[in-house]
Amino acid sequence: MIEFQLDETSGVATYLQLVQQVHQALRLGMLEPGEQLPTAQQVVARLAINPNTVLKAYRDLEREGLVRARPGRGTFVTGSLPRTDPDTQARYLEAMTDWLRSARAAGLCPDDIEAIYRTAFRACFAEGAA
Amino acid sequence: MTAVIETTGLGKQYGRKWALRDCALAIPGGHVVGLVGPNGAGKTTLLHMAVGLVTPTCGTIRVLGEPPAAGPALLERVGFVAQDTPVYPRMSVGGHLRFGAWLNPDWDSGLARRRIEQVGLDPRQRAGSLSGGERAQLALTLALAKRPELLVLDEPVASLDPLARRDFLRALMEAVAEHGLSVVLSSHLVGDLERVCDYLVVLVASRVRLAGEVAALRASHYRLSGPRRDPGTLPASQEIIEESHTDKQSTFLVRTDGPVHDPAWTVTPVGLEDLVLAYMSRADDAAARRPRLGVVS
Repeated sequence: MIEFQLDETSGVATYLQLVQQVHQALRLGMLEPGEQLPTAQQVVARLAINPNTVLKAYRDLEREGLVRARPGRGTFVTGSLPRTDPDTQARYLEAMTDWLRSARAAGLCPDDIEAIYRTAFRACFAEGAA
Repeated sequence: MTAVIETTGLGKQYGRKWALRDCALAIPGGHVVGLVGPNGAGKTTLLHMAVGLVTPTCGTIRVLGEPPAAGPALLERVGFVAQDTPVYPRMSVGGHLRFGAWLNPDWDSGLARRRIEQVGLDPRQRAGSLSGGERAQLALTLALAKRPELLVLDEPVASLDPLARRDFLRALMEAVAEHGLSVVLSSHLVGDLERVCDYLVVLVASRVRLAGEVAALRASHYRLSGPRRDPGTLPASQEIIEESHTDKQSTFLVRTDGPVHDPAWTVTPVGLEDLVLAYMSRADDAAARRPRLGVVS
């Protein structure tokens, strides 16, 4: 069973942290259809958080079609997320590494590079979200 | 669902000083509500009016749809734990449970016994010799065993060490998960409430500065930082809560319902503590009418 962790310094809302941890576990194959998520009571006893927060996270996951609540029995994984193809990952890692090497050779310092990356990342995903 | 606490134009005056004024709130049921503000902001006054210990000077307040302390029927539905979790020092732990059973018709003695055992309290021990954390757990047990629909707690964790604080809040959250009761608790420290509250009311200098669901508040506030900018150039849809400037850089905390598209900004989420502190200091500024700070380099 998945065990949730909280990072209080991340600035990310608690329910979102729970949702993201389920996403990641699905993507890594650590959670599979049929498996049960901890009950709100179990999460509350472990993390001392508001049970409504847990239920909100589970409702979001249910809306995404990833889990289903069965009254009186608990919440179960029903969907899956595509596992990222390792070859694709390796190809993009290589391309990124080449890009970083060329940026450094062009005289950019690590902070410059990070600022460029962040700006491009945000621009790219803001387009998708809008 | 009926609002657990609903107020309009509520105020309380002590002599010439307003402890609370123009208070308009409609807190929906099923939440764990954090009432936050500095000492002396009016938190205790509001909570005491909610449980019928203090009569308002003006305005109205309704608790679970009725005037506070409307009669025994309403009192049975509301639990209250006063500041510093007072108990009777010379009475034993078991004596407190028997006293509670005698006073409350719907007393859940099974729940009371289970909780006392869980916390590890000896029923024969005098309440006066309990540690702060144990006393708080006893007071919480008494309040929960009457099986209230609404539980009101005034600064329940202020005097507890971090471990006892975590234990107390965990016990409270387990009760919410099990019984589905609504909770209103106050604290002068936001950090205490960050994990447990899903609804927030910020009280500063006897007025409500901010109220709403935590998820909605967090989704509508951002910190923007980037090259120095005149606040007047921000879109009208972005309300500035806090700003600071150096000669080259500007940082704004804004409230907005839409996404922030401006590529010049680095946009970061705002933690609950920073959010509350921003509203508190804004209230300060307005009250003292201090001139706005110019460039700080």
